[in-house]
Amino acid sequence: MAQNGARMIAAVRSVLRHAFEWIERPLDRLFGPALNPVAQLGALGFFFFWIVAVSGIYLFIFFDTGIERAYESVENLTNKHWYHAGVMRSFHRYASDLMVVMLVTHMLREFAYDHYRGTRWFSWFTGVPIIWLLYTSGITGYWLVWDKLAQYVALVSSELLDWLPIFGEPIARNFVSTGTLTSRFFSLMVFMHIAVPLFMLFAMWIHILHISRPKMNPPRTLAVLSLVALLAASLWNPAVSQGQVDLSKAPVAVGLDWFFLPLYPLTDLWGNGAVWAFLGAFSLMIALMPWLPPLRRAKAAAVDLAHCNGCARCAEDCPYEAIRMVRRTDDLPFPTEAQVNPSLCVSCGICMGSCPSSTPFRRSEELRTGIDLPDYSLRELRERVIATAGTLEGPARILVFACDHGGGAGHLSGAVPLPCVAMAPPSLIDFVLSKNLADGVVVAGCAESACYHRLGAAWTEQRFAGERDPYLRARVPRDRLKTIWASALESGRFERELAAFADAVAAMPATASASPSLHAILPAPEREPARLPEGSVP
Amino acid sequence: MIGYVRLIGQFAVILLLFSAVAALASWPVYRQVPEGSAIILLTFVHGADRKAECRNLSSKEIAKVAPNMRRVQECPRGRRPIYVELDLSGRDLFRATLPPSGIAGDGHSRVYRRFVVPAGQYEVAIRMRDTPRTEGFDHQRKEMVTLTPDQMFVVDFRSQSGEFVFR
Repeated sequence: MAQNGARMIAAVRSVLRHAFEWIERPLDRLFGPALNPVAQLGALGFFFFWIVAVSGIYLFIFFDTGIERAYESVENLTNKHWYHAGVMRSFHRYASDLMVVMLVTHMLREFAYDHYRGTRWFSWFTGVPIIWLLYTSGITGYWLVWDKLAQYVALVSSELLDWLPIFGEPIARNFVSTGTLTSRFFSLMVFMHIAVPLFMLFAMWIHILHISRPKMNPPRTLAVLSLVALLAASLWNPAVSQGQVDLSKAPVAVGLDWFFLPLYPLTDLWGNGAVWAFLGAFSLMIALMPWLPPLRRAKAAAVDLAHCNGCARCAEDCPYEAIRMVRRTDDLPFPTEAQVNPSLCVSCGICMGSCPSSTPFRRSEELRTGIDLPDYSLRELRERVIATAGTLEGPARILVFACDHGGGAGHLSGAVPLPCVAMAPPSLIDFVLSKNLADGVVVAGCAESACYHRLGAAWTEQRFAGERDPYLRARVPRDRLKTIWASALESGRFERELAAFADAVAAMPATASASPSLHAILPAPEREPARLPEGSVP
Repeated sequence: MIGYVRLIGQFAVILLLFSAVAALASWPVYRQVPEGSAIILLTFVHGADRKAECRNLSSKEIAKVAPNMRRVQECPRGRRPIYVELDLSGRDLFRATLPPSGIAGDGHSRVYRRFVVPAGQYEVAIRMRDTPRTEGFDHQRKEMVTLTPDQMFVVDFRSQSGEFVFR
């Protein structure tokens, strides 16, 4: 039963992932990986929040919070001051709707790419209250306009709340005849419409607490394009009211906001109890998703103090805030040492790739580094590289460092699999080429805008470009190194680019030194390379 | 040149998305009830009599209670349920026994029900029983009303004056 459920969730995830790949890759080509809006959903969510906040403050200057004058004041700002306050009203409404779009798409994408289990449970779980707070903010906002839509929202919302046995008198009775509703109730709505978004901002801050370098602002070009497009949409289809409330008439036909109010028609079809049951079941299911089933994790990274000089590069590069620098606990003359929080570590190996001690050139029998993965150590990585290099054949011997989540993951011959390509220290590339273990090296990661470990692709590019420690040494011939950023569904493109690179390398003059005996490099132990547990994500 | 073309393409994609969002922010129109219909809303909050009369306590019973808690009468908290009937041109629309609210059953009975009917002329009759009697009604009203399309016709009850209100 549980296995069937897990299989079904995995199947849904796979379908969704294909859908996202289908949308994202063309957008990658149009926008470039850095500007792709689908890779900036969280940042755009923050961006639209600030637009809603600023436009809301602006509108509050013109808004009359009394129930008798609220509608008139909104009409006044919409019609007489359309060129500033009216545009701001459209900004306020459409940016709110776009927040819903960003939230839903962001949630689906994180689910599709399996970014919600393991240590990522915290961000997923704390995102659930944001859904409720965003919807509460939007619904109370529609109430304030006090037009026919507001009447409909007030009636249906209060009928929904009245279904819960917590109110002595039905709230909905306030909205059935003139004179029963007071400005005091309306003031409560105004207060809620201001207070709930503040709570939401707090929840958004908690949501990103465990994320290293969270993207809270979209790239400037994307922000400017979004702002101009929002202005154009606001001028083309300005947000307007739907006629003043007449409590003697039922709001039978209203132009619904289908982003905030899609469940409201369901109260007519299903009834209020069923809608509450749906909301409760949906929220519970979403909240429990990280444990349906839980992610099996490899052992967390471990610090070897004898090789750690407290340089903090691992803490800088960790995408999960799993490493922090603490006061030294041994006698070595360094002020700090790295400390790993095992509950946050996903064993991606990026820390190992960033450690200056991670150099395969050491001739010591027991190759060790400052921070290492117990299940996939630097020593084992070097052994795998050497063993794989020994199998390379043909006019161009190409060694592939393949990310487990990218297009090269299925490439079996001549590939060294890695949980993230940033796990390979740049000195390992130097090692492969300078020791003539291969004629060319391909680093095959995830799609650049959808890196499974968020920062692996960026760190790799920066290390190779000499912009981030540890650098790839200048002596490494760049024409013999290629990075291929391709998603798991782009294996065809990966193979084509790999073949083209192999042809290019084959046309190059042979390297000066002949391929050395592997035993001349190091006495590699005769044993099968260790494998990670089946199904685990290192 | 290619950079500008690319920028225009990027803007076009974003504008397309935002325009779709702006359109769906108020379209398509949702119609809650069929065209030419009116809504009869039966809603009131009213507390029926207590289940039993207050009883004078004996001096012995009063003496048992702590001095600061003493009172001369004991009044049971629970209220009776209310029985309501609503007819529309002789047709039964609603029959219900409304229990008192609250955990102790001492709150007011309440009702909030919507009925969608075609617009037109109807005889609306409402009856309520809120005392121990088992036959007949304590409050009632019958009236011919003309319901226009989209009208919200409210049937309410004023506890203070003990009369039904049609509006």
